[in-house]
Amino acid sequence: MSHPLLKLDHATIRFGGLTAVSKFNLEVQPCELIGLIGPNGAGKTTAFNMITGVYQATEGTIHLNGRCIAGVKPHELTSQGISRTFQNIRLFGSLSVIDNVRAAMQLHCKHGMSASLWRGARFKAHEKEVENRALELLDIFKLADTRDEEAKSLPYGDQRRLEIVRALATKPKLLLLDEPAAGMNPTEKEELMHLIRFIKDKFQIAVMLVEHDMTVVMGICERIAVLEYGVKIAEGTPDQIQRDPKVIAAYLGTEVQKEAPIDA
Amino acid sequence: MSSSPAFLNGAKRWLLVGIVLAAVVSMFSGQFNRYHLGVIVDIGINIILAVSLNLINGHTGQFSLGHAGFMAVGGYTAAKISLVVSPMLPPALQPLLFLGALIAGGLLAALAGFGVGVPSLRLKGDYLAIVTLGFGEIIRVIVQNMEAVGAASGLKGIPKYTTLGWTFGLAAVTIYFVTSLVNSTYGRGFIAVSDDEVAASSMGINPVRYKVTAFVTGAFFAGIAGGLYAHHKQFLSPTGFDFLKSIDIVVMVILGGMGRTAGVVVAAILLTLLPEVLRQFSEYRMIIYSLLIIILMMARPQGLFTWNRKKGAA
Ligand SMILES: Nc1ncnc2c1ncn2[C@@H]1O[C@H](COP(=O)(O)OP(=O)(O)O)[C@@H](O)[C@H]1O
Ligand SMILES: [Mg+2]
Repeated sequence: MSHPLLKLDHATIRFGGLTAVSKFNLEVQPCELIGLIGPNGAGKTTAFNMITGVYQATEGTIHLNGRCIAGVKPHELTSQGISRTFQNIRLFGSLSVIDNVRAAMQLHCKHGMSASLWRGARFKAHEKEVENRALELLDIFKLADTRDEEAKSLPYGDQRRLEIVRALATKPKLLLLDEPAAGMNPTEKEELMHLIRFIKDKFQIAVMLVEHDMTVVMGICERIAVLEYGVKIAEGTPDQIQRDPKVIAAYLGTEVQKEAPIDA
Repeated sequence: MSSSPAFLNGAKRWLLVGIVLAAVVSMFSGQFNRYHLGVIVDIGINIILAVSLNLINGHTGQFSLGHAGFMAVGGYTAAKISLVVSPMLPPALQPLLFLGALIAGGLLAALAGFGVGVPSLRLKGDYLAIVTLGFGEIIRVIVQNMEAVGAASGLKGIPKYTTLGWTFGLAAVTIYFVTSLVNSTYGRGFIAVSDDEVAASSMGINPVRYKVTAFVTGAFFAGIAGGLYAHHKQFLSPTGFDFLKSIDIVVMVILGGMGRTAGVVVAAILLTLLPEVLRQFSEYRMIIYSLLIIILMMARPQGLFTWNRKKGAA
C-alpha cells in the first residue's frame, strides 16, 4: 500500500481563542507542485509551521510517508525529508552565502565532531565534496559568485533565493516555499517560478507553494488549495479554482496586502 | 606533496608549533623575573578561559555567566588530586600526575557543564545568564563549606606544577580544538544555532545537541584552566571564583568580537595586562579598569578587532 507523501487529516491549531487553521484536510503526492493560497491571515504560514513541527497541531493528525509526526522535532522532520523557506527571511545572517548552504548540509554529512578535530585526508575530501555540491546548488540560482559574501548583505531577492538553495541542501522530498517571490518584480517572479519548476523536476521533489500573485500560482501549480480564515474553502486544478464562486468571493476586492503576518 | 607526514597538515602543524614553542620558551623561563613570569602564565590561563567561553557565548550565541564555576570545579578537583597523590610519587612521575589531575578536573567540569547545560537550554538570553550565574554561585558556596577542600580558609600547599610550557601548550590545544570544531561543515551548525535557532532546526540542525556540545567542551577547558590556575597560585580560595571572574571572561569575549578567536585571544592578553599596568594607581586601579572597560564597550560594541566581518572565520 502506498502512502501519500504528506497527509493532513483534520489538522487544527488554536492560539487561545483563535483557530488559526481548522480541520485542514490535504494530501500531497510525491513530485507534485501544489499551491496554497488565501488572503493574509488565512493560516498558510501557520499550516507550514504545523507541517514542519514548529507548532504542534491541537487536533487532527499529520502523516509524512505514512508516519504520524506528532511530537517530532523540526530537525528530525528535516531528516525525514521536509524542508522550507520562511516568509520573513531567516538566513544565517552572519555566515557567508556558501556557509549557509553548508550548514544545511551537515544533516547528511558523514564527518562530524571527531573528524573536524582530526582534520585528516578523508575529512578534507569530504569537505571538498560538500563545497562542490553547495556551489552546484548555488549555481542553479545564480548565486555562486556571491559565495563569500555575508548572507545578510545580499540584496533582498538574492536572500530569498538563497533560502531556497539552503532548503534544497537538506535533500528534501517535500519543499515548502512561503511566499518565495515576495518583493520581487514581475520578471524576477516569472524567472523564479521557472526555477521552482526546474528544481522540482531535477530533484524529483514535491513543492508546496504559498504565493499571492494569482496569475503566477495558476500558471505553475498542478493543484491548488485555498484557505480563508483557517478553513479550506476550495481545492482543485487551477481551472476549477478560477471558476469557484467561493474563491472569487474571497478574493474579489481583496487586494494583496503587504503587512507582515506572524511567522515562526 | 610536502615532506611533512600527511597527518601533520594545516591546522595540526600550527598546533605542534605552538606546543613546541611553549616548551622551548618554558626552558628559559628561569631568565624571567618571577612577577613577569606570573603575569605571562595568567595571560595563558585567561586565553584558555576566554577561547573556551567564546565557543559557548560567541559561536553558539548562548549567554553563560558560569565560567568561573566550571573553573572552580576543575581547579579544586585537580588540586585535591595532586595534594593527595603527589607525596606518594617519585619526582619523575609528577608531570604525569599533573596531566592526570588536569584532565580529571576538566572532565568533572565538563560533567558540571552537562548538568547545567541540559536543563537550562530551553532558556534563552537573560534567563540562561541568570541560571548559569546561580550555578557558579552554588559551586562557590559548596566549596566554601567543604572541609575536604579547605572550606572558607582555602586550599593551601598545592604543588607548583604549572609552568609557562604547560600553560601555553594547553592554550594552543584549546585554540586548536575550538577553531577546528567550528571550521567545518559540522561546525557551521554552532553559528547557525546562534544566528537563528528556528531556521537552524528547520535545516536539520539539532540545536540542543550543539548547545550541549558547546557547554560541555567550554566547561572542560575552563576546568583545565582552573587546574593550571591552582598549580600556579598554589592556593585556592572560594572568593577567587565569584561571578566577577565570570564577568571578566565574558568581557574578554565581547571585546574580542564574539566568535572571533584571534580577537578573543588579543582581548584576553590586553585585559590581563591592564590591571597590572594600572597597579601604580593603587586604590583607584579597579575604578580605572572598570571605566576603561565601559568606554571600550561603548566605543566598540562589536568588539575591538572586528576587521573581518565574517563571523566564525575564527
Ligand atoms: N504564534 C501565534 N500566536 C497567536 N496567533 C498566531 C500565531 N501564529 C499565527 N497566528 C495567527 O494565525 C492567523 C494566521 O496567520 P498566518 O498563518 O501567518 O496567515 P497567512 O500566512 O495565511 O497570512 C493570524 O490571525 C495570526 O495572527
Ligand atoms: Mg504567511
